[in-house]
Amino acid sequence: MVFLHATSLADAVAALSAHPGAVPIAGGTDVMVEVNFDRRRPAALLDLTRVPELSRWWVEDGRVRLGAGIPYARVIAELGDRLPGLAMAARTVGSPQIRNRGTVGGNLGAASPAGDSHPPLLAAGAEVELVSNRGRRRVPVCEFYTGVKRNVLAPDELIEAVWVDSVAGPQQFSKIGTRNAMVISVAAFALALHPERQQVGTGIGSAAPTPRRAREAEELLAGELDAAGLWESRGPLPATLAEEFGSRVCAAAAPIDDVRGSAAYRVHSLRVMARRTLTWAWNDYRKAA
Amino acid sequence: MTSLMQAAETTSWNGIGTSARRPDGLLKVTGRFSYSSDLWVEGAVFAVTVRSPHAAARIVSVDVSRALALPGVRAVLTHEDVPGAKTYGMKLADQPVLAVDQVRYHGEPVALVAADDPQTARRAADLVHVEYAPYEPVTDPEAALLPGARPVLGSDNLVRHVKIRHGDLVAARELAEVVVSGDYEVGMQDQAFLGPESGLAIPSEDGGVELYVSSQWLHKDLEQLAPCLGLPPDKVRLTLAGVGGAFGGREDLSVQAHACMLALRLGRPVRMVYSREESFFGHVHRHPARMHFEHGATRDGKLVYVRARLLLDGGAYTSTSPVVIANACYFAAGAYEVPHAQIDGLAVYTNNPPCGAMRGFGAVQSAYGVESNLDRLARELAMDPLELRMRNAMRTGTVLPTGQEVDGPAPVRELLASLQERPLPAEATGERDLRTLPGGVANTTHGEGLRRGIGYAVGVKAIGYSGGVDDVSTACVTLEVAGGRPVVSVHTAAAECGQGVTTVQAQIAGTELGVTRVVVVPADTRVGDAGSASASRMTWMSSGAVQGACRLVARDVLARAARVSGRPATVLALVHDGVVDSLTGDRVCSIVDLLGDDRIEHVHEYHHRPTQGIDPETGQGDAHIAFAFAAHRAVVEVDVELGLVKVVELATAQDVGKAMNPLAVEGQIEGGSAQGLGLALMEELVVDDSGRLRNPSFTDYLIPTMLDVPPMPISLFELPHPDSPYGLNGVGEPPTLSSTPAIVNAVRAATGLDLPRAPVRPEHLTGTMPAGNRAATPAALPAVTPPPGTAPGGQPTRARH
Ligand SMILES: Cc1cc2nc3c(=O)[nH]c(=O)nc-3n(C[C@H](O)[C@H](O)[C@H](O)COP(=O)(O)OP(=O)(O)OC[C@H]3O[C@@H](n4cnc5c(N)ncnc54)[C@H](O)[C@@H]3O)c2cc1C
Repeated sequence: MVFLHATSLADAVAALSAHPGAVPIAGGTDVMVEVNFDRRRPAALLDLTRVPELSRWWVEDGRVRLGAGIPYARVIAELGDRLPGLAMAARTVGSPQIRNRGTVGGNLGAASPAGDSHPPLLAAGAEVELVSNRGRRRVPVCEFYTGVKRNVLAPDELIEAVWVDSVAGPQQFSKIGTRNAMVISVAAFALALHPERQQVGTGIGSAAPTPRRAREAEELLAGELDAAGLWESRGPLPATLAEEFGSRVCAAAAPIDDVRGSAAYRVHSLRVMARRTLTWAWNDYRKAA
Repeated sequence: MTSLMQAAETTSWNGIGTSARRPDGLLKVTGRFSYSSDLWVEGAVFAVTVRSPHAAARIVSVDVSRALALPGVRAVLTHEDVPGAKTYGMKLADQPVLAVDQVRYHGEPVALVAADDPQTARRAADLVHVEYAPYEPVTDPEAALLPGARPVLGSDNLVRHVKIRHGDLVAARELAEVVVSGDYEVGMQDQAFLGPESGLAIPSEDGGVELYVSSQWLHKDLEQLAPCLGLPPDKVRLTLAGVGGAFGGREDLSVQAHACMLALRLGRPVRMVYSREESFFGHVHRHPARMHFEHGATRDGKLVYVRARLLLDGGAYTSTSPVVIANACYFAAGAYEVPHAQIDGLAVYTNNPPCGAMRGFGAVQSAYGVESNLDRLARELAMDPLELRMRNAMRTGTVLPTGQEVDGPAPVRELLASLQERPLPAEATGERDLRTLPGGVANTTHGEGLRRGIGYAVGVKAIGYSGGVDDVSTACVTLEVAGGRPVVSVHTAAAECGQGVTTVQAQIAGTELGVTRVVVVPADTRVGDAGSASASRMTWMSSGAVQGACRLVARDVLARAARVSGRPATVLALVHDGVVDSLTGDRVCSIVDLLGDDRIEHVHEYHHRPTQGIDPETGQGDAHIAFAFAAHRAVVEVDVELGLVKVVELATAQDVGKAMNPLAVEGQIEGGSAQGLGLALMEELVVDDSGRLRNPSFTDYLIPTMLDVPPMPISLFELPHPDSPYGLNGVGEPPTLSSTPAIVNAVRAATGLDLPRAPVRPEHLTGTMPAGNRAATPAALPAVTPPPGTAPGGQPTRARH
């Protein structure tokens, strides 16, 4: 097995186009499991851990540019205020060891429907920046996932960063697992309120072939808040609205039965999580006034 | 001893009853301890197992040519290469070393590949071409018993039917004013030890083999292994390598025969280390159970009778199923005084993964059934479940359903009372740390949907081997002078599985011989049998052996001291590396002076008191040497909307006879309680309708984490046992019995749901179990018949009140 390691993004991109079958490796918490279990025998690994561009974040035009190689532990420590939804999700990933190694870029690269970064990135309306010898492109995260563990990455492309609006409104993330820590999600839900543009963002995890938004739920909620003048008044949220929101979230899911949970439970739990996270986010919004 | 093994040495005096540090503790927590998977010698090849992807199939052909052709591959073996007996087993030699003409479970070993390195071996394993003709697997244990069901093994699918008939059930049903019954199910639990099955086999010059392996019982391994290798037992020498947990899962053979036959064939050392996934196929599991319990009681809550039917799925081979089902039946009445009992236990063969020993050994399943039904009875009687338990608590003198009178301490009521007196954990108020809530940092509730519940359970189990087995444990103790100091060496075949038997052996030698420096040499088969690290027996049995051998050594030393000093040996005692006069306190001489270059060595074989087998028709007989008891109180918080559970506190009260090492005893209680928590809430190997294991990984077989295991306060009772060394009792298994039902009872109390099945899943709590997953299938109970030989109206109980 060839082991390539790059010390700049330009090197990395060049190495990838020279070795089209090379598998990028960041924290390795997905790649090495597959290699060790002999599920994957890559001809070459491309080590990204020494590429400085991937391990930096900054704010540009009100957006956080998050390098793909930033591990969860840093998201939690450094970005809890700017990316609260993602930081909440990061807190639920694996164990301390996994949070030290595992990266948001790796989560996107793996594109598992159970990946915990996806729901908050969907809810926040993030964009994924991809780079190759051919240039750069930005893909809205809701268009990034193409199937179970598949994404839009071309073989010569790397994930450079994700771009996320620095927070303007409350965000929440909630995840079901069958134990109280270190568990792969059975179902997850993320919510972001965007009062500045009077919109709502959602993200569903582990309840469809890909992570996905619940668009009808978003539209319903934004519309009803608007119609009732609640964005401005910050009045109490009608209970029926929270319920209806939950129902629309469920309707967006297409889960399966598997050893981790039943489809019926996934739908049920999404309804509860949607209702609860909305209640918490709305209370935060009211308190912030 | 070879350079591969390290002796455990203690150099500061720690007698029994102290929390002596484990000699291997520092090595283990710093990652320097050598486990069986770490062993390596120059020239060793690595071997892997080719396993069946089917639960039931005929083997049409095996083609090893492509695997053999891979560079670096040294051998590919099939059943034809097994040098001796083709089958082995704990109770019946029915399990093929390598499958012969058919496979009976998913993961059954079919071939072996040895290569220069693990990668090559794994790749070659993929190239072994086995053609299977699959057939319909038998996967439902109830259906396996129906007439016409295909026999998995032998002539029908019944492993054993255990019958216990006690008292007069016809009369009892007349007496009972309240009757409750329920169906209960327990899923397949795994031992989930962290050290995978592994070992190193080295061919020896005499044509035999040396095997370094993690095991629970070296001599039983030897007994099963030597015939398969076609070697006399003295040519097969086993040494215990570092064991990374066992819990019953290392009683049956795993790598033993495979590594040895390859080493003999190749004339080279052979290493085997299962991967995590393979480990789930490499050992037996806890039997899944379907149970029906019926209790009859008077209105004021006195138990009159219990009727139970237990069905355990033994999987494809016998393993220890015949004794697991017996043990399940022995304790199906629980830790209570129940005058009349009719208990039927069936263990069956199916094409599911083989099941055998796991901590609690059948009594876990029956304790779950009986403790669940007791809560149901309490509800029916509108009585506090704890009060109901106290009212019926077993005591010394209670007659068991097997007719045996409980002797020795039986403080069931006292254990329960101590739990009752313990203050409850305070109800949380205000904003809460997410880690204290169901779901933890996954942020599923901020207090919504929460309900608290409290549950109690108590369990009883026999300690040591029951049913007429003459159990033995051997120790060899040597006293000599080395480096100017007296040193005691203790040599036994006792398996240190993490439970701390090595520490206790050193404590006993220190206590009996007053010597500071004690070396516990590696366990191997060069010394006599120590018996198994199972049945909560090892500390008891090995303590008896070590104590006995030490006392023979002490007798010799004191006789010498008497000769030298002219004082009678009866007033002399061994303390601080010397001999003192226990009347005057004078130091008489040092052991160094007394021994010079001599060494004093003695071997002692310890036996426990004799027991009887049970009558096959009535189950009557004095089958047990001793009983141990533990009780739990669980406090849980349930998010009833999401079906998530947080155990807030799990308190244990247990009688241990004598805490030989209180810290180690607490470790056993905490570990056993946590394992019971796992069974209550998450641990289950999922086997699908085709007999395939769906979750052989720690990604999907979940065991409790730090955030799942709550504070576990412990009340230790030390009521000396009359028949045991130092008055100790077995401690390892009892806490596993009552932990599970206490937690499930607490969840029932919080939710008002029946929850027949453990582990309780969020789906059970939220009514979202997929259709097709049946709840417990009601099992027909055999008709109530007066037991043969019982005079109508005869007085069945000799209980003292
Ligand atoms: C014990 C354990 C627990 C876990 N728990 C969780 C959990 O709770 N939640 C969760 O979501 N995940 C979990 N995971 C999975 C894993 O940790 C995450 O998916 C993590 O985000 C992967 O990041 P990484 O940097 O380690 O990725 P890697 O393993 O390095 O890579 C993953 C994939 O992404 C690709 N890749 C990585 N970086 C780039 C890049 N810059 N450009 C293009 N492709 C790239 C790789 O080629 C590979 O296909 C767990 C894993 C383990 C082993």
